[in-house]
Amino acid sequence: MAVIPVARQPLTFAERTYVPQILGGLRTTFRHLVRKKTTLEYPEQRPAIPPGYRGVPTLVKDPNGREKCVSCQLCEFVCPPKAIRITPGGIPAEAPTAHVEKAPLAFEINMLRCIYCGLCQEVCPEEAIFLQNQYSLSGYTRAELVHDKQKLYELGGTLPDQHFKWDRKKAAAGRGNAH
Amino acid sequence: MIPMPKPDLVTVNIDGREIAVPKGTNVIEAARLVNVDVPHYCYHPKLSVSGNCRMCLIEMGLPSVDPATKAPIIDPASGRQKINWIPRPQIGCGTNVSPGLHIRTTSPMVKEAREGVMEFLLINHPLDCPICDQAGECKLQEQATAYGRGYSRFVEQKNVKPKRTQLGPRVMLDDERCILCSRCIRFSKEIAKDDVLGFIDRGSYSTLTCYPGRPLANNYSLNTVDICPVGALTSTDFRFKMRVWFLKQTNSIDLESSVGANTVVWSREGVIYRITPRRNDTVNDTWMADSGRVLFKQVAAPDRLTAVQVNGGDSALDHAINAAHELFKTSAGAIAVVGSGRSSVEEQFLTKQLATALKASVQLVSRVGEGDQLLVSADRNPNVRGALVTGLISTLPARQLTDLTVAIDAGQVKTVISVGEDLTAAGLTAAHLAKVAIVYLGTHANATSAAAKIVFPTQTVFEKSGTFVNQQFRLQKFSKAIPGVAGATDDLCLLAKLATVAGRSLVAGDLANVWQALAAAVPVFGQVTFANIPETGLLLDCTPFAVLPFVEGETLHYKPAAATA
Repeated sequence: MAVIPVARQPLTFAERTYVPQILGGLRTTFRHLVRKKTTLEYPEQRPAIPPGYRGVPTLVKDPNGREKCVSCQLCEFVCPPKAIRITPGGIPAEAPTAHVEKAPLAFEINMLRCIYCGLCQEVCPEEAIFLQNQYSLSGYTRAELVHDKQKLYELGGTLPDQHFKWDRKKAAAGRGNAH
Repeated sequence: MIPMPKPDLVTVNIDGREIAVPKGTNVIEAARLVNVDVPHYCYHPKLSVSGNCRMCLIEMGLPSVDPATKAPIIDPASGRQKINWIPRPQIGCGTNVSPGLHIRTTSPMVKEAREGVMEFLLINHPLDCPICDQAGECKLQEQATAYGRGYSRFVEQKNVKPKRTQLGPRVMLDDERCILCSRCIRFSKEIAKDDVLGFIDRGSYSTLTCYPGRPLANNYSLNTVDICPVGALTSTDFRFKMRVWFLKQTNSIDLESSVGANTVVWSREGVIYRITPRRNDTVNDTWMADSGRVLFKQVAAPDRLTAVQVNGGDSALDHAINAAHELFKTSAGAIAVVGSGRSSVEEQFLTKQLATALKASVQLVSRVGEGDQLLVSADRNPNVRGALVTGLISTLPARQLTDLTVAIDAGQVKTVISVGEDLTAAGLTAAHLAKVAIVYLGTHANATSAAAKIVFPTQTVFEKSGTFVNQQFRLQKFSKAIPGVAGATDDLCLLAKLATVAGRSLVAGDLANVWQALAAAVPVFGQVTFANIPETGLLLDCTPFAVLPFVEGETLHYKPAAATA
């Protein structure tokens, strides 16, 4: 490889005094002093969560308080790190939601395994599982970070429903055969 | 190798491929031979053809001949005989092959016909897939994906029908999902001979129902769940337990009787969820009895033995083997072995090794029930013939162990080794049990294990691999579906250890090596190894045992020797 010798340029008088460089540095410093802050006083101040953010996976209820999950186990199937574990079960005949027939007996998401990929939300045919805004998750034990059904509903709360699929089905059954 | 066309074969052309098939084959089966899938719902290879789902529509044609001279008409464009294509689609299941028949399964007409049929089947079908147990093995799902139009044009109200009708103790009906294929009706009538199912009402009101006052309660009712192409009939036992796509399938053998129905055990992470039949046209077709489907519950039964015991206290396996060794030494010459018709061929072979080493007499306990002439035979031991073939016994087992009770009373027997048999059920009293030292190898607790000096917990048929010889002298293998329960020892390993301490040298305790010894010792097995036994079983030479008065009556694919003579 050819070597190209580059001659070092001698410093000018102004450069040798360092004054322009110091002033330039001070300009940057003072500009930052008066500029709007970009950091937050976390945890007292919290950032705004943009729409589509994938936080902790949660289970949600519909506006009538019905648990939407029917334990079809598609999320358990699709979950890449196998964080979800569902025990399916039936709904007793005397329950008001007996027409839905199926609900999870137990629903566990191991947050130590979860990778927040959102595939469970994408695959859910009942729109029952959502990755919502919670992002700060910690615990003192491993067991604490395996979210059970109760914890998942606590985190999820109620979300608006676009379809009311099962309510409409129940209403249709009440009306009887359309043919 | 090109098979020679036989006189009873006819050549048909399926999607341009010529194939010779037996006369009387229908188009679905003929297409299957050239790996062409003709979608269908109502057709089932083991039931009569009803042709009501219309899913198997195909286009067919026959070579053209001049009506006057019968001379073939040649198409000038191709130089071949012209084909007269029927301008309407035909059903594949109800069309039997005829010489020169041409079939198209991929033409635009067939494709449109399938899309139309799928659309009609789906208009009233509820969107139940998330809660439907059939999801994952549903023909409607599969064929809607493969042959459907992809979206629905139906904007009207869907039909409303009863969704939870209990047809019998084990079968639940969801009428909305039913596509009225009538497979279950035909099965009940033709195979189970219990004609309780039928359709009532017409058109979109049609519903499947039982005859009033007669539930679908026969011992074959769950086969209707298996053959239901959709999720209309579901098993009450398996309902909402687990999605099928999680389940691992392991080939096994039904152990409730000497029929040896071929089964599939469905398990996930060491838990069995259901048992279904596996097709074997020479044993059980595609059926099995309901009673054989619940046998997996014995795996997690509360009375399962899980700890090696010596004199009533928990012990280590090596310690118990040593205790057995001491027992064998002190009671040498006064030992009796009670083998089992529920043990596998390999275990019976090792039981024989053990008995030979101890110079002990061997008996088996018979279990005789009533045969149902279908898939439950009178002999409720799955493997009595295995004991005959391996030479463990030479005569058929008796129901009562009279010889043993006499010998115990006479003080000739001091130690009894029971391989999984409850001796009190075989005629021994508690007093008899108290007189002898019992070594019990078994899976579940019973009066014998309670009285035993040494108890070795062993594995159920679902936790080990092995073979049974069924009533046809067909050697059939079953495979390990789930790992053994903690505390139980593999039967082969245990029997090999016991035979070794009894003085037999070099007894192998693993399947491959046992089969080496077995093939060497039993001429009828010849070159058989466990690996090369076909999944449909291997018919053994039964002539040496033809004189024995077997208890079985006639069942599906089996005629007792006395009946044929």
